[in-house]
Amino acid sequence: MSAIILLVVIVVLVLWIIGAYNGLIALKNQVLNAWKQIDVQLKRRHDLIPNLVNTVRGAMDFERGTLEAVIAARNKAVGATGVKDTARAEGELTQALGRLFALTEAYPELKANQNVLQLQEELTSTENKVGFARQLYNDVATQYNTKQATFPTLLVAGLAKASPAELWEIEDVAERAVPKVDLSFNKPAQ
Amino acid sequence: MSDDANLFAQQEANRRRSNWLVVGFIIFFAWVGFGGDLALGLLTADAPPDGYHHVIPFIGLVGTLSAAAICWYAWRHGAERVLWSTGAWEIIEPITPEQKQLVNVVEEMAIASGLPKPRVYVVPDDDPNAFATGRDERNASIAVTQGLLTALSRDELQGVIAHEMAHVRNLDVRLMTLLAGMVGAIALMSDGMGRMMRVGGRGGLRLGGRGGSGGGGGKGGNPLGIIVLVFWLLTLVVAPVVSRILAMSVSRKREFLADATAAQFTRNPMALASALEKLASATAATRSITSGAAHLCIVDPSPSLLSSREGFLADVLASHPPIRQRIIKLEGMSYQQAKRTAAAS
Repeated sequence: MSAIILLVVIVVLVLWIIGAYNGLIALKNQVLNAWKQIDVQLKRRHDLIPNLVNTVRGAMDFERGTLEAVIAARNKAVGATGVKDTARAEGELTQALGRLFALTEAYPELKANQNVLQLQEELTSTENKVGFARQLYNDVATQYNTKQATFPTLLVAGLAKASPAELWEIEDVAERAVPKVDLSFNKPAQ
Repeated sequence: MSDDANLFAQQEANRRRSNWLVVGFIIFFAWVGFGGDLALGLLTADAPPDGYHHVIPFIGLVGTLSAAAICWYAWRHGAERVLWSTGAWEIIEPITPEQKQLVNVVEEMAIASGLPKPRVYVVPDDDPNAFATGRDERNASIAVTQGLLTALSRDELQGVIAHEMAHVRNLDVRLMTLLAGMVGAIALMSDGMGRMMRVGGRGGLRLGGRGGSGGGGGKGGNPLGIIVLVFWLLTLVVAPVVSRILAMSVSRKREFLADATAAQFTRNPMALASALEKLASATAATRSITSGAAHLCIVDPSPSLLSSREGFLADVLASHPPIRQRIIKLEGMSYQQAKRTAAAS
């Protein structure tokens, strides 16, 4: 009788270890996947920016400083590696772009230009996608970090070679304060 | 993000409540299906060995099978039928800036929810509305009306799409298909039993009588069996209405849940609130969306005075909660968010 109980306990234990281990590995893969998703969107953003700068250059010739700042920030962001580094470089790029968009508001011929509008919609969407991908990454990474640090999954964390994933923090207070900008000025939010 | 605990708490509460409702619904279905078998089983338990013993629960089995058949049919053909009946067409290659924006917003929400991108449809209808369909995340479709595209700003559109993506992620299509199957089966059973009562009322009585006399001359046989039988017959009369009320209350809980999940995706509950405000002011019915897909829409497509009004009737029979209540909850979420942001900086 007691042998059967012992057997049941062992089986349950083994099943639990398998489940917890698989759960951790699945989360780990989700974290990696979410990071890849960010990467895809960042790459797209880097590809779009030269197009935008070339399109608006003619009309905004005397805003050379702003345009160059965008290009410089973009080149820096392309070269960045690692979570912290990337986060900082992309934050700077977001701000440079924000200044550029704010300036385009002053140019009626740009606001009427179909090409510029389309590029702006693309960039808005890409910005949002970067934001949402980051949000998903942080959500999943937090979940992963909590799971591996709390009892009882803590016990199999070593087995799954789990180590805390770095969160994408928004370091710059200015960026945190600025709400998401709606750049599609054809339909004002009410 | 740890500072959005309120959103997750809201979702948790909604999920728990709708789980309880579903459990209640299944128990109710089991009683409607197998209660009669229980009564007959009790009535014939004392019958002589050569008499009839109701051992196999035929009534319950027939009910369960018909529910399964209805579900299976809806499962296989539901999504196409709903899309087809609304006359929706799929955006494969966006042409106008409007369509491009819609596709972009859907892609954004797919990223935010971590799901594969659903297919995007446009319904040629001027009333603003939107719905999601498809049996799982991989086969999901989101359809919006032309009126929605023209009426909403980009952020508001994002809120609405987030609500639909939330329906997809929470597997509401699956849940509501299951509930609709059970509601249908209960209606069939109630109808069928009613007919049998009227046509063969005597037959039913005779069955009871035989059970009683066979049981050794007691008066009326097993009293517990008769009580169960009477109670079961009474439930059967009200079952269609009760099952509908239960299904609709699950639907309303899922709407609140989808709103909270949408707020989690966009972190911008006010955009959805202002979209709902606009949808509420468009009082015309969305004619191209039939009631079959009503529970998947962002707002009730046929506001038969129910979803706009609060009160008892609106509380029990509407597929959607009153829009006012939804907006108030979203505003609450936004307020919490603002408070946290203010505290953080």
